[in-house]
Amino acid sequence: MAPTKFNGKDHVHGDPIEIPPLACGAMADSKPFVASPAMQKPLGFPGELVDNWQEKAINRLGELVNGSRALRVYLDSCVKCGACTDKCHYFMGTGDPKNMPVARQDLLRSVYRRYFTLGGKIAPKLVGARDLTRDVLDEWYSYFHQCSQCRRCSVFCPYGIDTAEVSMAARDIMDTIGLGQKYSNEIIGKVFNVGNNLGLPQKALRATLESLEEEIEEDTGVPVKLPLDVKGADILLVTPSADFFASPHMEGLIGYAKVLHEAGVSWTLSSYASEAANFGMFVGSHENMKKVAERIRIAAEELGVKRLVFGECGHAWRVAYSFLNTLVGPLDFLDQNYPIPQHICEFTNDLIENGKLRFDKSKNDEFRLTFHDSCNVARASRMGDKPGGQFEIPRAILRATCNHFFDMAPETIHEKTLCCGGGGGLLTDELMDVRLKGAQPRMRALQEVAEEHGVTHMAAICAICKAQFSKVLPQFGFDMESIVSVHQMVSNAILMTGSRQAEEYDAAHAAPVS
Amino acid sequence: MTALYAGLFYVATLVLVGGLAYRIAQYARTPAPLKIPTTPAPITRAGVVARMFREVTLFESLFKSNKWIWVFGWMFHVGLALVLFRHLRYFLQPVPELVVLAQPAGVIAAFAMVGGLLALWARRFIVPRVRYITNYSDHLILALLVAIGLSGMAMKFVAHTDIVSLKAFILGLMYFDWRPLPQDPILLVHLGLVAALMIIFPFSKLLHAPGVFFSPTRNQADDTRERRYVSPLSPRKA
Repeated sequence: MAPTKFNGKDHVHGDPIEIPPLACGAMADSKPFVASPAMQKPLGFPGELVDNWQEKAINRLGELVNGSRALRVYLDSCVKCGACTDKCHYFMGTGDPKNMPVARQDLLRSVYRRYFTLGGKIAPKLVGARDLTRDVLDEWYSYFHQCSQCRRCSVFCPYGIDTAEVSMAARDIMDTIGLGQKYSNEIIGKVFNVGNNLGLPQKALRATLESLEEEIEEDTGVPVKLPLDVKGADILLVTPSADFFASPHMEGLIGYAKVLHEAGVSWTLSSYASEAANFGMFVGSHENMKKVAERIRIAAEELGVKRLVFGECGHAWRVAYSFLNTLVGPLDFLDQNYPIPQHICEFTNDLIENGKLRFDKSKNDEFRLTFHDSCNVARASRMGDKPGGQFEIPRAILRATCNHFFDMAPETIHEKTLCCGGGGGLLTDELMDVRLKGAQPRMRALQEVAEEHGVTHMAAICAICKAQFSKVLPQFGFDMESIVSVHQMVSNAILMTGSRQAEEYDAAHAAPVS
Repeated sequence: MTALYAGLFYVATLVLVGGLAYRIAQYARTPAPLKIPTTPAPITRAGVVARMFREVTLFESLFKSNKWIWVFGWMFHVGLALVLFRHLRYFLQPVPELVVLAQPAGVIAAFAMVGGLLALWARRFIVPRVRYITNYSDHLILALLVAIGLSGMAMKFVAHTDIVSLKAFILGLMYFDWRPLPQDPILLVHLGLVAALMIIFPFSKLLHAPGVFFSPTRNQADDTRERRYVSPLSPRKA
C-alpha cells in the first residue's frame, strides 16, 4: 500500500458533504503507475510517450471533439457558476481545488480553448487558455486519475456537464500518446488474453464453481449447480470475476445461484466471457470498450442462450444497460420478451413480487443494514420499467430479506449518492491515499446511521464498491466485513424448496397440533 | 456617428446570427455515439421535452445544487428576458398590446437583472472556490452585462434619451431607411456595449444558451433497452 498520512478514524465524524477549505496542490503528487509497453501494445496504444506527443495529443483532442457532441458542448458551455465545485467526493476529502469538477474539466478545457477557439488563440491569458506543456500533461495524468467518473457533478450542473466524459477523453488522449495507466490497461489485456479481469483461467474457474456447489449442498442439502459453458442453457449470467474470488462477492454469487435454482431456469456462466466489467469505459477507449463488450455477444451466440442476466457490478451494468445494444447489437437472437439485458436484482425482485421466493428474514437479524447506491447504477442506468427503479429494486430485495434496514442521509443516496472512492479505474494500491480521502464522505454517512440506528452493515451491488470498502472500512474504524452483497442477504434468508432451512422453518412455524 | 453605429449593428447582427447558426449546426452535426442521460431520466421523448423545459425555465439542476447561485442566476435570467421583451417596443410598430402591458414589469426586471448580476459577481470574489475557477473573461462578461444594464437604467431613471428618434433609427436599420441616431453619450455607450455582447456571444461561454439544448445528459431519453440506439451521424473516428 502506498504511504498515506491520512487516518480515517480522525475524519469519520462530521457532515458527510462538508465543504473543506481549499488546499492548493494537496494532491498533485497522487498518480497511478504508468503502463509498460507490454501493457500498452495489445490495446493498440504506443508503448511509451511518443516524441511528437504534443502534436498528437492536440490532434486527438480535435478528433474527440468532432466525434462527441457531449465533449464539444461541455467544453464550450461551462459558465463557471460554481454549482459543481463542492459536489465531488475527492474534493470533499482532499480540499484540492483541482478536484472540483469544473477545475478538473478546465485542465482539458484550457488546452481546448488554446488550440480550438478564437478567444484562446488571440488572448489565451484572458480566457484561461494554456499551451499543452509537459507540466499540463503531468497535471492531466494526476488529476484525471482522481476522478472516478461517478457523474455526481453532472446531476447538479445546470447544463448537465458530465466530468466523466471529459476525464474519459483525457485518458483516451493520454493512451493515444503512450501515457497509459498500468492498472486499467493491464486488466483490459487480461480480459483479452484470459477472459476476465482477475486472469482466472477456465480450469480454476471450474474448480471454484464446483467447490461452491459442494458448499451450498452441504449447507442446504439442495444440489444447486453453478454451470459453466453449458450450451443451450436459457440464461447466460455475466458477472464480475471478483464474484469467483473473494468475499463478500462470492456470497453474492451463491445468492444468484440459489435464486436461479429456485426459479427453475436453466442457466450458465461462460469461461470466455467470465467478466462483466469493462475497463474500456474507464480509459475512454471506444474501441477497447467495444472489443470487451463483443465477448459477451459472442459467448451468448455460441452458447445459444435466450436471455442475458448481469450480476452485481456497477459500471458493467452501465455498459450492459446503456451501451451493449449500441456497441454490439442488435441482439435480436435473444428472446425479446425479456429485458435485454436484465439485472440479477430485477430477476430476483420479479420472483419476490410474484411470490415465488420464500425467506426467513430472521436469518439476517444480525445485520442492521443500509444500502450504498453505486454511482453507475444510480446515475447512468436503470432497473425496472420506471425511472428510479435502480433505487427501489435493490432496497425492495433487502427489505424482503432483512428485518432491519435504514437509509443513509438523503443527500448521500439515490441520484446524489457518493462514490465509494475506488471507481473509474482507481482501485489500485498506489492510489490508496486518494481512495481513502475520497471514501470519507460515504464513511461519514455510514457513521451517522451507525450511531443513529445501530447500522452494522452496508450492502452494495458493485464489485468495485465492495472491494474498495473492504479495504477502506477498517481505516475508518469499521469492520472489514461490514460490506456485504445484496444477494448475500438473499442467500442467507432464502428458503429453497426442499432445503434444510425450509424444513426447519416450516417445522418451527407449523400450526400447533390441538 | 450614425453611420458608424449603423455599420456596427449590421456587423454585430451578422456575427451573432451567423456565429450562432454555425455553432448550432456544429453541435447538431457532431455525433452522440452513446446514450448517456444522467439518470433517473425520462423514458419517453415527451418526458425529455418536459425535463428540458424545467431545466431552461426553472434551472432545476441548479436548484438541486446551490440555492444562492440559483436565486441570483434565475433573477438575472428572468430579469434579462423581461427587459428584452420590453425592448421590443423599439423594434415593432405598432407596439403590440402585450409589450405595452409588460413595460412596468420590464422596468422592475432591470433591477432584478442587475441585482442578480452583482450578486453573482460578488460570489466570484467572496467564495474561494468560485474565485479559484474565475478567469478574467468571466469578470469581463459580468462587467459588460452590468454596464449594459446600468446604462440602460440611467436612460430611464437619470437622463432620458430621445426614444422617438432612437426608434426611428432602429426601424431605419431594419428597413434600410437610415435615420440619425440621437447623440446622447449614455445611449451611445449602451448601444456600443450591446453590439460588443452580440459579437462575443458565439465565441464565449454564452454558448451555454444553445449548448444546454444539445447536452446529451439532459436531452436523451433513457430507453436503450426498449429501442436500440445508434447515432444517426457518422461514427467517431478511431
